Amino acid sequence: MPDADNVITIQALHKAFGGHQVLRGVSLEVPRATSLAVMGGSGTGKSVLLKHIVRLMDPDEGVIWVHGRRIDVLSLSELDALRLRIGFLFQGGALFDSMTVTENMDFMLRHHTSMTEEARLDRIMEALAWVNLQPAAGQFPAQLSGGQKKRIALARAIILEPDILLCDEPTTGLDPVSVRTVSELLVRLRAERDMTIVTITHDLLCAEITADAAVFLHEGRVLARGTIAQLKAHEHPELRLFFG
Amino acid sequence: MVFPQLHTFFEHAGRLATFAGKFFAQVWRRPFEGRELICQLDETGTKSLVLVLVTGCAIGIVLSMQSRGTLARFGAEAVLPSMLALSVIKEIGPVITSLVLAGRLGAGIAAELGSMRVTEQIDALEVAALQPFRYLVVTRVLACIVMFPLMTIACDIVALGGGYIEASLSSDLDYRLFADQAFSSLRLSDLLFSTSKTAVFGFIVGLTSCSLGYNVRGGTREVGQAAMQAVVVSSLLVLLADVLMVRIDLILFGS
Ligand SMILES: Nc1ncnc2c1ncn2[C@@H]1O[C@H](COP(=O)(O)OP(=O)(O)O)[C@@H](O)[C@H]1O
Ligand SMILES: [Mg+2]
Repeated sequence: MPDADNVITIQALHKAFGGHQVLRGVSLEVPRATSLAVMGGSGTGKSVLLKHIVRLMDPDEGVIWVHGRRIDVLSLSELDALRLRIGFLFQGGALFDSMTVTENMDFMLRHHTSMTEEARLDRIMEALAWVNLQPAAGQFPAQLSGGQKKRIALARAIILEPDILLCDEPTTGLDPVSVRTVSELLVRLRAERDMTIVTITHDLLCAEITADAAVFLHEGRVLARGTIAQLKAHEHPELRLFFG
Repeated sequence: MVFPQLHTFFEHAGRLATFAGKFFAQVWRRPFEGRELICQLDETGTKSLVLVLVTGCAIGIVLSMQSRGTLARFGAEAVLPSMLALSVIKEIGPVITSLVLAGRLGAGIAAELGSMRVTEQIDALEVAALQPFRYLVVTRVLACIVMFPLMTIACDIVALGGGYIEASLSSDLDYRLFADQAFSSLRLSDLLFSTSKTAVFGFIVGLTSCSLGYNVRGGTREVGQAAMQAVVVSSLLVLLADVLMVRIDLILFGS
């Protein structure tokens, strides 16, 4: 059984894709209202790991608890209820490109709340204000820059006010100013809304601003864990290479 | 190297069967995505109407031109209207419409869902508990089921119109006489059965294209491939289903 203080507990996760073993026994815990950075070279299975937490993928072996419940035994409606408490920021944003920015968010609110149209619009504008992109409200995703897409996707991920936020490379491809903006946003989300946050990142600046703790994945295992400072001082050659 | 191909064939067939099962399990579930369904009906109709009308008109004209010469050799020119009506309504209208739509809509559906898959939009729907299968697949398949018969009727009408125009240009033919003759040999069951069988074709095209798009793995290249496969596979399945349906028609209603 997982520790009751942990919002997410992952135990000995294994996952292979047709003979290619990606995860070889990853275990980690994320305490409530903390921020964990998941670091590691590309192709080490970071995105795969994150997708398991919302059951976009099922593990070959291993167990995951979220909010104290084993997610592999949930019924479909229980799973949906749990998913509504989790915001997920995809690596590429995954904005619905047939909809405007406002519709992207309104779509979620319309389906999952009984808010009036005005209330929904207020909520959307509030979320856009968080990411400082109110002027983009009427635009389509194709009209936005990469960094703007990421920020809109973040706004969409928090529109239902989840208590867990999973971010897949929120700052990759952003300019240094945006990196700081988005990172500080994550810090505020945790401070003001008590969110539990897991962030995949290569970005040392982002990790240093946002994370209380970090794990370093290598060849499908957790190679090291600790604070960012501890990982930076780690003597393993892989980490030294990574932190250069 | 026949075995890998055979393997892929069964893999696809299995996927399609799973997809069909899922469709029938989900189509009854609430809440209905009424708004998206209307959107899809609108889009399907707008995309295909002009194409279907042009095709129908051309077929009517050509059929009329070619048949007249042939019929004249047997001194049977008078049966031209009946022959036109029978062949257009019983077979050519439904099948040509369905094949044209398989090309127009099948490729579009597979490409759209495929690119939503590779850009993780389908995953995003899934984790937001927005039921992507019901939202994307059920609505599109239903739209095809509704639109194929409607488009077939449109095609039938313009094909007969085209046939009449062609016939009236080469001989003085009153439209009332033409219509009288055209419909005298046609039974209501002919019209109903052959038009409603296109609902089945719509189901086939919708389901096949959705399945190929929804199950894309990889990137842009695979999306293009899925679009191409959607056209080829759904056209073949439509033709296959047509053979079966004609057989059923003969058994149920006789020749
Ligand atoms: N759906 C999938 N099917 C097959 N292989 C996959 C799938 N998703 C990821 N992989 C493979 O798993 C490995 C890790 O991918 P990923 O988690 O995206 O890496 P990253 O750490 O850069 O996020 C890669 O080799 C990738 O090819
Ligand atoms: Mg990744």
